[in-house]
Amino acid sequence: MADNASRQPLVDIRDLSKHFGQGETRVEALREVSLQVYTGQVVGLLGPSGSGKSTLLNAIACILEPSSGWLQLDGQVVYDGKWLQKDLRRLRLDCIGFIFQFHNLLPFLNALENVAVVLEIAGATSQKAKERAVELLSYLQVDHRQGAMPSRLSGGEAQRVAIARALANHPRIILADEPTAALDSQRAGVVMDLLRKVARDQGAAVLVVTHDEKIFDRFDHMFYLRDGRLAAPDQLPSQRAVSLDVDLQTQGGIP
Amino acid sequence: MNLALRDIRHNLGRFLLTCLGLSLLLGLVLSMIGIYRGLVQEALSLSRAPRADMWVVEAGKHGPFAEPSRIPGDTREVIASLFGVAEAGSITYQSVETRQAGRKLRLYVVGYEPGRPGGPERLAAGRFMTRSHYEMLADVKTGLGLGEQVRLGRNNFNVVGLTQGQVSSGGDPVVYLRLQDAQRLQFELEPPVARREAERGTPPAGTDIVNAVVVRVAPGASAGRVVEAVRRWKHLTALSQAGQEEILTKSVVDKARRQIGLFTVILLSVSAVIIALILYTMTMDKVREIATLKLIGAPDRTIIGLIIQEALAMAVIGFSLGALLISLAKDHFPRRVLLQPTDALVLAGVVLVVCLLASGMGVRLALKVEPSVALGG
Repeated sequence: MADNASRQPLVDIRDLSKHFGQGETRVEALREVSLQVYTGQVVGLLGPSGSGKSTLLNAIACILEPSSGWLQLDGQVVYDGKWLQKDLRRLRLDCIGFIFQFHNLLPFLNALENVAVVLEIAGATSQKAKERAVELLSYLQVDHRQGAMPSRLSGGEAQRVAIARALANHPRIILADEPTAALDSQRAGVVMDLLRKVARDQGAAVLVVTHDEKIFDRFDHMFYLRDGRLAAPDQLPSQRAVSLDVDLQTQGGIP
Repeated sequence: MNLALRDIRHNLGRFLLTCLGLSLLLGLVLSMIGIYRGLVQEALSLSRAPRADMWVVEAGKHGPFAEPSRIPGDTREVIASLFGVAEAGSITYQSVETRQAGRKLRLYVVGYEPGRPGGPERLAAGRFMTRSHYEMLADVKTGLGLGEQVRLGRNNFNVVGLTQGQVSSGGDPVVYLRLQDAQRLQFELEPPVARREAERGTPPAGTDIVNAVVVRVAPGASAGRVVEAVRRWKHLTALSQAGQEEILTKSVVDKARRQIGLFTVILLSVSAVIIALILYTMTMDKVREIATLKLIGAPDRTIIGLIIQEALAMAVIGFSLGALLISLAKDHFPRRVLLQPTDALVLAGVVLVVCLLASGMGVRLALKVEPSVALGG
């Protein structure tokens, strides 16, 4: 791991807060969260249900406006008390790749088209989009299924195609929302290996929101959220404790 | 990459079934318009058949189609002698019901004098009447064939010629008889009734009565002047051909016309609601895909395009299929269904506009979908 101090973070969050409602119904979803994710890193964002993981992910994805704080993505300050970028959609298209729990491939497009569509939306010609899509599917070793519809792909294949789609526009930030939740241990390991490969080969920063204890040991760094706050490094619970906390929260064991 | 086309291809069966349902609805709308046009056309066809410039009927009456009209049979000679009149012909109209080969047959009988205005211009088959009695020209819609004998009143009539497209405003097919035969059929009393009248000392009723005299004006003469000349006689009323047609469309078939018109508007409104619901449901089914597209950076125009293109595809396929179905089925309707290209084009335009407006609900829903829905897990 390179020295982070000498690098500029691709995701840089300072004192980010978000609250919903007012008065008695006010809920503090995020409280002065600060974190940095650097190029080549694969980091985990953990925490029990309701801890603010999705709120933080939505804020980084520029689809939920924070209440206060500062947010920089790929060297561009996008939020400083207000959105600073006029076209957040374009920012998402160019800078961020998304990977979802259930892959979210468009069911009416085949594997190749699911990747190419992102490039065409970004303005690429049909031919160039297809060439890049084939290249990515090949990189993720799923090019032999390029003509298959999502319903015909296995869970692992669909997730590879989803990763290829996330990489289509050369984004430097990959946000993955529970990418291994629907996969068994072996396939989850393969997906994490792929994300690691992407981070290394593409120079991307990968932020993975997860409950999945199978992959806790695959991260360069883990951020643990609880009640909207990031746990201090010295307060970070052990992996077993995180897993237990997540399990109990998911099952409703801890209020 | 056309997302609408790919979405349609993915759900082709469901999309085509939806289009089929829509096509039946639009076919119904088109058939209602066709029935309306057919009604007007049928009503006018009979009045246009004599190719008259004016009609002379009983004083104060609106002509032989709107009200009963009886004028003396010799009126024709008087009218024919007027300045500016080229030809005049006596004519009678009546509805009769008879049985033919064991089936009920409703006919609209027109009596005219061959060689004078009032008869059909051309025949589809056979010949014109040449004998002085008991011959008949029948429309093909009667189902009668050449040489067939038909019992009307106390006499049998031989079908010698066939016409096409001759029906009354009530939809009954037309048959043509010689004027004298038609007069006897309409005005001659049945023997028991005639005997009773004779016993009472009532003089025998004459049958030389006609319903109207149709007039053709000489080239260069003014139909308006002839109409004015006839109106000066207090026992007659003269109507121009345009006036006769106006009475037919504004009076005789007016209620049916308005009823069909209203029904067409209701059907079109129902179609609009159904189209809107279909498009809304189709959009609802794609909420997650729309959220995903938004999250990965698709602009609103891509998503609006997806919905509007599907709406337009549905409109085009639904309308084309509906028009095809009706054009294939129109000849099997009991009454005439007249499909005019202009009506079809106007309806196609209306359907396109309705689909565009109806897709507004779907577009509104799509624009309200939050990209975060895609991250919902």
